[in-house]
Amino acid sequence: MTDQEILDALRSIVSEIAGIDEAAIDADKSFVDDLDIDSLSMVEIAMEMDSKLGVGIPDEELKNIKTVGDAIAYVKANS
Amino acid sequence: MSRKVVVTGVGATTPLAGNAKETWEAILAGKSGIRTMPYEWAETVAVHFAGTVAVEPLDAGLAPAKARRLDRGEQLALVCSREAWDDAGAPEIDKTRLGVVFATGIGGITSALAQYDILLKDGPKRVSPMTVPMLMPNGPAAWVGLEFGAQAGVHTPVSACASGAEAVAWGARMIQDGRADVVIAGGTEAALHALTISAFASMRALSTRNDDPATASRPYDTSRDGFVMAEGAACLILESEEHAKARGAQVYAVWGGAGMTSDGHDIAQPHPEGAGAIRAIAAALADSNLAQSDITHVNAHATSTPLGDKAEALALRTALGSHAENVLVSATKSMTGHLLGGAGAIESVFSVLAIRDRVAPPTINLQDQEPGLGIDVVANVKRDLPAGDVAVLNNSFGFGGHDVAVIFKSE
Repeated sequence: MTDQEILDALRSIVSEIAGIDEAAIDADKSFVDDLDIDSLSMVEIAMEMDSKLGVGIPDEELKNIKTVGDAIAYVKANS
Repeated sequence: MSRKVVVTGVGATTPLAGNAKETWEAILAGKSGIRTMPYEWAETVAVHFAGTVAVEPLDAGLAPAKARRLDRGEQLALVCSREAWDDAGAPEIDKTRLGVVFATGIGGITSALAQYDILLKDGPKRVSPMTVPMLMPNGPAAWVGLEFGAQAGVHTPVSACASGAEAVAWGARMIQDGRADVVIAGGTEAALHALTISAFASMRALSTRNDDPATASRPYDTSRDGFVMAEGAACLILESEEHAKARGAQVYAVWGGAGMTSDGHDIAQPHPEGAGAIRAIAAALADSNLAQSDITHVNAHATSTPLGDKAEALALRTALGSHAENVLVSATKSMTGHLLGGAGAIESVFSVLAIRDRVAPPTINLQDQEPGLGIDVVANVKRDLPAGDVAVLNNSFGFGGHDVAVIFKSE
């Protein structure tokens, strides 16, 4: 998958879970500070990434995923 | 002397309409909100009908991303509390003086069961992290508290079908005790599921009139055969009189008082003479500083069960003495069905609006009233309340032997 394909998939997941316009979701956005996503929604996002992208993020790694770009890099490195 | 409490706003989403105003109009017109359930499992269980809400929460302004984090009962609680808050004028207040008491009888059981289905089908890793906030009975109160930033205290009484009335009573108490100036008090329930219908049906508690849902809820009629499950939510904005006056708020009615007792008799059956109910009504009169003769209208618990309606009528006759015959008794569950933990809340809204409009709503589907009840039931068509001071008694009873009576009065 290209970065763009992963970003598109993340936009769809994050938009559905957090109700954010897909256009507002970019690689440089922080999940907590920019997108106002709380810890339970972050777990839901990780579950959906596992389901839709086939890449699960272990809990100890999830705390290091600060931005959408971090999530893209994690998927690239682990798919 | 405890502080005087007034009602400054109402909200509701019910089987009759998506707000309090249109629900009340439908009630006064004697409409039924009971219908065959639009669920594919409806005809697989003993009872095919219920009072499903007239307006889906997603069609009532709840954002999809918000709704997916909430149990359906929490969604309905949020919808009606937003309406009530706006109705009260959306007051700018000190949030440390704002409280919430929001009840449910069962909590988020449909969310719990949906996640159990996921657990069995897709495995434990697919169970949603929102499961606990969706199933916990204090969830509706917590979400309403978060919506308005309430910091004086958020509480959830759970006493089956008396829960909503308990919430209103404890809400008033929070203000009387000085813990809060404004309290959002109400109840919600959204527990329609093949399991809950089957469970209540197994107790022989439900009407099984599948061929005619709209007439199935028929309190006080000789042919009544059980209650009709419903979903919905309702709440009141309770406020100290001082606070309401200072901001020039509208006042629908004045809080009288509450009586809360327990039967100590049986887990499901009412006490045959309504002993606990009699003591609750007497305590509510005493708490309100009112005499039996001050009560002009009763919004009865009257769920359309053979034993319950009769026991409540006996209790009213004893608790109100010879004055019972002069009181207009209405059973609005004939139209809404039984909102379980929301029932005492929606019936408190009806009690307050009855005072504002000076009218007792009808009890529909009453063709052949059980003889010897000794109460004046407002059969089929609404009736006016008398001129002068009026006071309304709202009874709510719950499985477990909970007896709650609350009283509202005119200014």
